[in-house]
Amino acid sequence: MSTQIPADLKYAKSHEWSRITADTAIVGITDHAQHELTDIVFVELPAVGRVVKAGEACAVVESVKTASDIYAPLSGEVVEVNKAVTDNPALVNTDSYAAGWFFKLKLAAPTESALLLSPDQYRQQIGG
Amino acid sequence: MTLKRTPLYSAHQKLGGRLVEFGGWEMPVQYASIMDEHLAVRAAAGIFDISHMGEVWVTGAEAANFLNATLTNNAAKLAPGQAQYSLLCNERGGVVDDLYLYCVGKETFLLIINASRIEADMEWLCARHAAFAKRDAVLMNNVSAEYGAVAVQGPRVAEFIDQCFTGSGTIKVTCPTQLQKNEVDIFSFADRDVFVARTGYTGEDGFEIVTPADTIEAAWNRLLEIGQPFGLKPAGLGARDTLRTEACLPLYGHELDENTTPIEAGVGFFVALDKGDFIGRAVLAEQKANGVARKCVAFKMTDKSAPPRPHYPIWSVGPDAKKIGEAASGTQSPSLGIGIGLGYVPTEFAQPETPIEIEIRGRRSPAVVVRKPIYKKKT
Repeated sequence: MSTQIPADLKYAKSHEWSRITADTAIVGITDHAQHELTDIVFVELPAVGRVVKAGEACAVVESVKTASDIYAPLSGEVVEVNKAVTDNPALVNTDSYAAGWFFKLKLAAPTESALLLSPDQYRQQIGG
Repeated sequence: MTLKRTPLYSAHQKLGGRLVEFGGWEMPVQYASIMDEHLAVRAAAGIFDISHMGEVWVTGAEAANFLNATLTNNAAKLAPGQAQYSLLCNERGGVVDDLYLYCVGKETFLLIINASRIEADMEWLCARHAAFAKRDAVLMNNVSAEYGAVAVQGPRVAEFIDQCFTGSGTIKVTCPTQLQKNEVDIFSFADRDVFVARTGYTGEDGFEIVTPADTIEAAWNRLLEIGQPFGLKPAGLGARDTLRTEACLPLYGHELDENTTPIEAGVGFFVALDKGDFIGRAVLAEQKANGVARKCVAFKMTDKSAPPRPHYPIWSVGPDAKKIGEAASGTQSPSLGIGIGLGYVPTEFAQPETPIEIEIRGRRSPAVVVRKPIYKKKT
């Protein structure tokens, strides 16, 4: 099985990806995670303006069978959420690294990103 | 605890099934997608491993009388070749298990029971047997480990199922498609006797096939081969659950348990009060006559919301809104694209079209009580 792990992203052990530019990060869930969840039917995103800590549960994805928490990979303020993905949750299955993004954080501590996994480390974690 | 495996375990591995724990068994929850497997059963056909289910022979001159004193439905109405849904209750009318009873001879019955209830059922059946005056004329034998079973379900199954069997049935029909709903016959497959019943748990037409354990993989493979041109897909327990929830068929441990009666659960149709005494009858007769305080209802979410799940609180609406019950089952309906569920509410809220709310992660979302079944097959 060839799961996609783009080289330009950082990864959390809990299967979120972060696209970090200066002091912002766009966050979504990995191809591996969407494949494990399958058939995503509902996405609940945090309110814009919410301040989250790294590791805090702040979104929920629901497949047919189960609800799963999504964790903020980094600390910061939610400055934007992807309305397209709440309208059409299947985007998480079809395009998890682009159209299926979840939310954008203004980072409180950009140095935290050093604690995230590199693509190679994440590949090792999932046994890809 | 070591998980039990069905004789189809390696077949599931070969097909890439995702194996999870279910009632002490390691079972495929899905192969590729619950959604696709569900929709395949609604539009064409799906095959499920149900080998984990239990089988118990009840035989002898007094078998029918024993079953009638022990189960809620009227076994005396069954002629050889007929099957019925029935319930095993305790003295309080609570459900020990729900099951299918196959009559394959005048004195020969096969009980098909839930995997998670095999031990509890045998304990209760043995106690009832010990208390039965003519117990010497009734033999009970738990043969759950000796049989495997598959369910083949969906509107196109009747187009290929007959190819699986060459000879006639030994009870009355010449081929499976001659069976009417709730009929059963014995056919030969790979030189073994197998039971083929026109029953199921999806709300679609279909068959359940019980074979000796060493024969089930050959039957599974043969059915996949002959069904493939008709869109047959292997389907897991995930789709089995969404299909039965849409069809409003109860699942033991969710809608049914030892503190819930068949009347409350909405399966009172399978309680035959006119057949003489049976365990639980006093309570069930009283409830049928005077009504029950709570009922199992079906509901649909009315707005876009997260799907309901088991144990989510159910609320009434309006200025006096209060918690009135909880969901027993809940899921996204693949057929309807909305959240659906089953749950217990006080009888005053059980009328179809009663507005209710489901509490999902601390927020209440609007829903409405609907008539059962939530999904009805196209005819």
